[in-house]
Amino acid sequence: MINQITEMLSYGFIQRALIVGIFLSIASALVGVPLVLRRKSMLGDGLSHVSFGAVAFAMFVGLAPAKFAVVIAILAALLILKSDKKSKSSSESHIAIMSAGALAIGMLFLSLQKGNTIDPNSYLFGSILLITPSDLWLSVIVSLIAIVLYCFFYKQIFAVSFDEEFARAIGIKAGFYDVVFAVICSVIVVLGMKLNGALLISAFIVFPCLSAMQIAKSFKFVVVCSVLFGLLSFLVGFVMSYLLATPAGATIAICELFFYLLAFVVAKIK
Amino acid sequence: MTVLKVENLSISFGDVAVISKLSFELEEGDFLCVVGENGSGKSTLLKAITGEIQAKGKIKFEGIKQNQVGYISQKSKIEEKFPATVEEIVASGSLNSPNFGFFYNRKIKAKTRDALKALKIEKLAKRSFGELSGGQKQKVLLARALMATEKFIILDEPSNNLDQKSRQELYDNLRALNEQGMTVIMVTHDLDHGNLIGNKILSLSKNMPFFGSTSDYVERIHHD
Repeated sequence: MINQITEMLSYGFIQRALIVGIFLSIASALVGVPLVLRRKSMLGDGLSHVSFGAVAFAMFVGLAPAKFAVVIAILAALLILKSDKKSKSSSESHIAIMSAGALAIGMLFLSLQKGNTIDPNSYLFGSILLITPSDLWLSVIVSLIAIVLYCFFYKQIFAVSFDEEFARAIGIKAGFYDVVFAVICSVIVVLGMKLNGALLISAFIVFPCLSAMQIAKSFKFVVVCSVLFGLLSFLVGFVMSYLLATPAGATIAICELFFYLLAFVVAKIK
Repeated sequence: MTVLKVENLSISFGDVAVISKLSFELEEGDFLCVVGENGSGKSTLLKAITGEIQAKGKIKFEGIKQNQVGYISQKSKIEEKFPATVEEIVASGSLNSPNFGFFYNRKIKAKTRDALKALKIEKLAKRSFGELSGGQKQKVLLARALMATEKFIILDEPSNNLDQKSRQELYDNLRALNEQGMTVIMVTHDLDHGNLIGNKILSLSKNMPFFGSTSDYVERIHHD
């Protein structure tokens, strides 16, 4: 097995995917904590579908897919946040509308492309072959920004997640943190979509926190455990996908699910 | 000394006026109970005072800044099973002063211990919020409010879902803080005369608008 792993690490595209995955799994696990605790975990799922639609449209009209998708995902995230505050219907229903609409648009534009050589499954379920060197640098930079912002605003993120009304009353700009994390979440979703796929990227964001919440009683421990669960799930899933020749995104998502169930059982036994 | 002046305050949502031209003043050390039926604008008034929502008219604090008010929102809006220790929650009350990074400094940690001691919940410091009883949770939120202020505290229906013993303990704590000079505004549904605490009442009831002393309010209820 060690020989196989050594061989795996000798490929350039595997090295790229590994670095992208390590950084994105840390950043998405961090971003997932306030999203899950504030019951906004469907945001990641909605944004991934929107990104898929945006990528397909961009390829159809000849725009740069990733850049276009980042812009559209950020706009969608801001729209969801705004509708959450102003609209009479819940943000879940807006996310559902966006998800279904964007997925349909994505499939439509992919099918309309003449001489289409791209398998829609690559975007829906992820393909490490799609990751380019520029994706690698962008993932590292965005993830580092997310990690630094998280550490700097850690206490404020806690206060807003626990009790937004109190946080606002003592002068914490909850709206600012909403926007910052919606933007970071959008970029992570677009970058992670190539690795995990539009349908599975939300597992990257949501599962680590949900697993951590099974065993951790403090916010600090939830954050630390989320990162560990996210990282471990990615590494185990990534290596297994190579050894078993299975799709990376699906294998990683199954590992996320496995660790969640493990944490759930451990919590019940305790 | 006047600590809060509210002048001609009007709040409406769309075409619906919730509060119309409301004016009152509080002196340092006042304990104001805000009463009124559901939908009369009690919580909305608190949100306007804390600056969470915009309103027409004037809200002016004297001697303190608006973000130096300790606020206890309705407990029902807080996730019961939120993974946080009592210590983490109480310390977060200090965030009305600039404080960034991963850890709290020694001064904040000491202040957190003092706030926990003041409410006799220091043994709960490492416990998870989700494991606590309703009364204990309310004490934790009160301790957090004390981290934000030494002068002014605002509570939105803090006795909701509390049993009689916890409610009495909460009121005793509030009375003790008030006697030490803390100005208090509390929205309450608890209108039994025996439970009416504080020296002033603001009634937002459409049938009986009132602002004045608690004794005058009680007299007026009997008279009507």
